[in-house]
Amino acid sequence: MVQFLQQLINGLSIGSVYALMAVGYSLVYSIMNFSNFAHGGVIMLGAYFGFFGLTLLKLPFAVAFLLASFGTLLVAIIVERIAYKPLRERKAPFLYFIISAMGASILLENLVIATIGPTFRTYPEVFPKTPIELGPLAIGRLDLIIFVISAVSLSFLIFFIDKTKLGKAIQAASYNVKACALMGVNTDKVILTVFGLGGFLAGIAGVFFGMKYTVYPQIGNITTKSFIAAVFGGLGSLPGAVLGSVLLGIIETFVAGYLSSQFRDLIAFVILIAVLVLRPTGIMGKVTEDKA
Amino acid sequence: MDWTYIQGILMLAGINMIAVLGLSLLTGFTGLFSFGHAGFMAIGAYVGAWISASPASTPAGMGLPFILAIVGGGAAAGVVSYFIGRISLNLKGDYFCIATLGFGEAIRLIFNNVNRFGGARGWPGVPSNSSFLAILIADIVAVLFLANLVKSRHGRNMIAVREEELAAQIAGIDVFRSKMTSLVISAVYAGVAGVFFAHYMTFIQPKMFSLTKSTELTIIVIFGGLGSISGSVLGALVLTALPEVLRAFEIWRLVFYGAAVILIMVSRPKGLMGGLELTPSGIRKWTAERNALRQAKATLLAEDSGRKED
Repeated sequence: MVQFLQQLINGLSIGSVYALMAVGYSLVYSIMNFSNFAHGGVIMLGAYFGFFGLTLLKLPFAVAFLLASFGTLLVAIIVERIAYKPLRERKAPFLYFIISAMGASILLENLVIATIGPTFRTYPEVFPKTPIELGPLAIGRLDLIIFVISAVSLSFLIFFIDKTKLGKAIQAASYNVKACALMGVNTDKVILTVFGLGGFLAGIAGVFFGMKYTVYPQIGNITTKSFIAAVFGGLGSLPGAVLGSVLLGIIETFVAGYLSSQFRDLIAFVILIAVLVLRPTGIMGKVTEDKA
Repeated sequence: MDWTYIQGILMLAGINMIAVLGLSLLTGFTGLFSFGHAGFMAIGAYVGAWISASPASTPAGMGLPFILAIVGGGAAAGVVSYFIGRISLNLKGDYFCIATLGFGEAIRLIFNNVNRFGGARGWPGVPSNSSFLAILIADIVAVLFLANLVKSRHGRNMIAVREEELAAQIAGIDVFRSKMTSLVISAVYAGVAGVFFAHYMTFIQPKMFSLTKSTELTIIVIFGGLGSISGSVLGALVLTALPEVLRAFEIWRLVFYGAAVILIMVSRPKGLMGGLELTPSGIRKWTAERNALRQAKATLLAEDSGRKED
């Protein structure tokens, strides 16, 4: 029972990082209907921004944290402007967006390898390593902080989408971009906001991922799992992305803990295939009818 | 630049070409996008190596002739793709694409855990059977088969499915079957390419068949131009050689590569050939289209100037 609860806590911690990444995929999918594979590169840059903010610039954690998230916000918007905007204006089919995203992801990853180098780097210790003892349970301070900050950021995101005017515009655009534009909504601004929000959360996720593990240029490959989480929950749905991420995090830690850590990566893809075959729209995905 | 170096690049381009031609049938002619073809290549590579590796080497292979390895590797990839197609071909657009991504990665991770074939550490000691001549012959056969298939009834059905699925179905085409034929044939192509790849590298590792490889194949198909066989051939040659040409820039070459991919998508989405073929009739079609365009422009201009004079 103790082991079960311990695994559950670990799963919630990694699941909340996945959630920060997955909402980025889902937000873009909900409006533009394509899987933004450049998001992994943006997350990776977030981890580096935070790392250099802490080590090179010797900033306090909170400042480095904000630097990373606003840095990735900017990167995400730049990627959108360069790689997607021309395609949007030409109304290109979704595959061109995906290929362009792949190109951007190759570009970002190798830009980091060429300028910073391929070595693994470890974050300096920001929070003490001693866990908080709760009876027989040990909760890592970092895990707790990750969970709390992720939950707060996601609540802010949901507040923003539900309560603000721009958030309403995002919701409207996710139903129908064309009709939304006809109603006088500036869809270009909506799309920029979506990339900005995704980029901001990607920065937070990158910093946490780097703190929990290490920083290296191929982090983007690991973030494929958060994409799977987004599909699991239902592409295009924010609550779905969060739910899918938390579930995937928990399932992964349980498989690694009880079966074998070798199967941890495989299980993610097995879930992906099972979801696509049994219920392609995921747990709570948006249903798009076939417009013939 | 000695001949062995150039020959090596050409062989690699030829191997890529087989896989690209297969993917070209699926993506260019049937309109289905796959991010899992590296998985089919992995199946071909491992099964082919298993058939041809000598029983003395570790792990015990069967030591059969190379031609059987090609047939076996291609067939294995085809059979696996049939079962994958059965459960995923009904998915629409983006979701089929994601499913193939999942299957491709799952195949790679399964090979990571097969200790008989060396697991993640890889499998050395595959016989070096891929000769320049063998690859050349395979490429010629691949091109001829594809060119004839595309012109056949099956090929025309596939093109109809690509253009408008619903209309094709109403016209009496078995959409699912057309898609399945296309998927299985393209997987066989990828499997055969995998066999040649394994016998060219003489060492295989699941890492070689990652999502990056699948993406590379799709990028080549799009770069060459969707729905063009000669485009795929040219694309495979150019894009396999490009990283070699850029090798002088060392670590910056993949940065340029990524930038080039975005640039192609943004500036010339039709790809190199844009659905046209480098055959006598293809060139005639191209010149006819150009002349028609020029004439239309001329008449428009004439009308315009005529209006001004009024």
